[in-house]
Amino acid sequence: MMKRNSLIQLILIHYREFIREPGILFWSIIFPVSMAWVLGIAFSKQNETVQQVALIEDPIAQNKELRQFLSDAEYVNNPEKEGPDYYEKTIQNEKLGKTSYRFLETDMDGGLLLLKRGQVNLILKEYPDSVVYFFDPVNPQAKMAYVMLSSAIKNEHLVYETASISPLTQRGNRYIDFLIPGLMVMGVMNSLLWGISYALIEMRSKKLMRRMVATPMKRSEFLISFFVARLSITIIEATLLLSFAFVYFHISIQGSIPAMILIFLAGNIAFSGIAILISSRTANSRIGTGLINVITLPMTILSGVFFSYHNFPDKVIPVIQKLPLTMMADSTRSVFIEGAGIAQVSLNALILSLLGIICFIIGLRTFKWY
Amino acid sequence: MRAVDGLDLNIREGEFLALLGPNGAGKTTLVEMVEGLQKQDSGEIRIMGLPWKGHEVYLRSQLGISLQETRFIDKLRTREILELFASFHHIDGSRVDQVIEMIRLKDKSRAFTVNLSGGQRQRLALGIALLNEPSILLLDEPTTGLDPNSRHEIWDILMEFKRNQMTTMILTTHYMDEASFLCDRIVIMDQGKIIAQGGLDELLSQNQSDEIIEFFPSGDPGKLGIESMPWLKKYSFDSDRNKVTLFVTEILTALPDIMKQSEVRGIGMGGLTCRTMTLDDLFISLTGRRLVE
Repeated sequence: MMKRNSLIQLILIHYREFIREPGILFWSIIFPVSMAWVLGIAFSKQNETVQQVALIEDPIAQNKELRQFLSDAEYVNNPEKEGPDYYEKTIQNEKLGKTSYRFLETDMDGGLLLLKRGQVNLILKEYPDSVVYFFDPVNPQAKMAYVMLSSAIKNEHLVYETASISPLTQRGNRYIDFLIPGLMVMGVMNSLLWGISYALIEMRSKKLMRRMVATPMKRSEFLISFFVARLSITIIEATLLLSFAFVYFHISIQGSIPAMILIFLAGNIAFSGIAILISSRTANSRIGTGLINVITLPMTILSGVFFSYHNFPDKVIPVIQKLPLTMMADSTRSVFIEGAGIAQVSLNALILSLLGIICFIIGLRTFKWY
Repeated sequence: MRAVDGLDLNIREGEFLALLGPNGAGKTTLVEMVEGLQKQDSGEIRIMGLPWKGHEVYLRSQLGISLQETRFIDKLRTREILELFASFHHIDGSRVDQVIEMIRLKDKSRAFTVNLSGGQRQRLALGIALLNEPSILLLDEPTTGLDPNSRHEIWDILMEFKRNQMTTMILTTHYMDEASFLCDRIVIMDQGKIIAQGGLDELLSQNQSDEIIEFFPSGDPGKLGIESMPWLKKYSFDSDRNKVTLFVTEILTALPDIMKQSEVRGIGMGGLTCRTMTLDDLFISLTGRRLVE
């Protein structure tokens, strides 16, 4: 029988584990794809959702405009009395799409309760000669509902000139176009940090690393096997996620493919280096889990994976922009939706690669083999 | 705190040596220093005449090691683990087959390591140690925690290996039967020091007496007046177990005297046993403690 190459044998460990542990397969492939699917649907079909507002009617003197507005609304008697009776009316606009409103009949106390629970953003109170709107002025959704409803109730035609609206629904501007690159880079970070750090810590705590180091195994091959195996696994994960997004959401890459590959590789180098560094000492998997979370959790929240980090206070944005996940996410997004090329991403790619190499060198210096 | 202190030990080529001692005696520290996995603060270790420094690659290729409880990657198969370690030694697949045969895991060669029993896992660890046909085999408690059957299986494998190969073996254990069954020379360690060494017979004969009388007295054993008897080598009373252990020159002369005293003083002797000395007794007589707590 032929002799087996030790590097190939070491790489095979990772693939075998990947294929044989159903949990790993779930978290690395099914989870990101279903997250893309759920979030993509939830945020892209927003125009079909029904917005609820509370309505406090005046039993004696009715407001003409409001009654006129509600005259063609559908009145629904809530049969099981799980909630109040309501009117439902859809405002149709060829450019803005459909917006449905549900007017829940209640009193002032009930309306405030609904508002506190977040079921409604706006309370309408009917007076004989006017309609008063109660809402939180810093809530943009409430403001939006106020603008649309107040104008609709006044003249039953939207006051804004629809001619001046030009809908931007082409590819690249939807939420899903923002989300997919974010999910992809988050997948790279999680796959590398959990895949490399956790595996190294586990091998150390099982004394398997000690046992392997006691053979003529080359330590460089041991670490290279982690990088090679994990790189190929992140490629598979990203390919599956992107294929799903291409087929299901018809996303497209506007910029250059080589630029995307460059930033993808640089991100892999960065997070592999970080993974080796944080797992260089500990043999305790609980400490390891903590360390990995300390790195991944803040970046998942801050780096604009799901939502733009520009909503954070101005002072922290420059800090956020220097996080490795932000650099990778921003560059990947610029390729996907802004049409960036190699020139635009090369600085970030260089910084990420250097970061990875520095972390790797420090990690290797302090690495506890046994 | 020193785990191993002022220790001088020479092991001959082809010798099977047991490091016997209780937990915490410093056996693992000593073996791992020989394996190059721990560094001594002072002193020198030479293997086949070579120090670790500058000869790592060669020495690693010559050693076969089984650590105290190694766990493997759960979802790798027995054969895959052996192939992985074989690849580090540049060994081909036919040797892997041989080793699987030797460690009697042929029917488990496709089983995931997570599904192996404790004994099977220890045999796999032993198989990894044997892959490179080592010049020196270092086994750290290869049978600890195993049931008697699994222990005997490991002993059989090692005896078979001993017959066929010119290998030096160092084995740590706290089972005296394991040390006496497998090894030519036994080194008894306690608190980082060697307290006795030699072949089994040598150890038992050179250290004080050969014969032992044990019983459980029904009253105060001090009243028996045994301590002034001429045949007494050593007297010990374990008050927790209420057990008297006498190391005597000859049972035949000692026993009638004891029986007589027992009758005169009215102190009964339950569970009376007479036997020759074992390593366990030797350890008690040397340290005052038992080998396995």
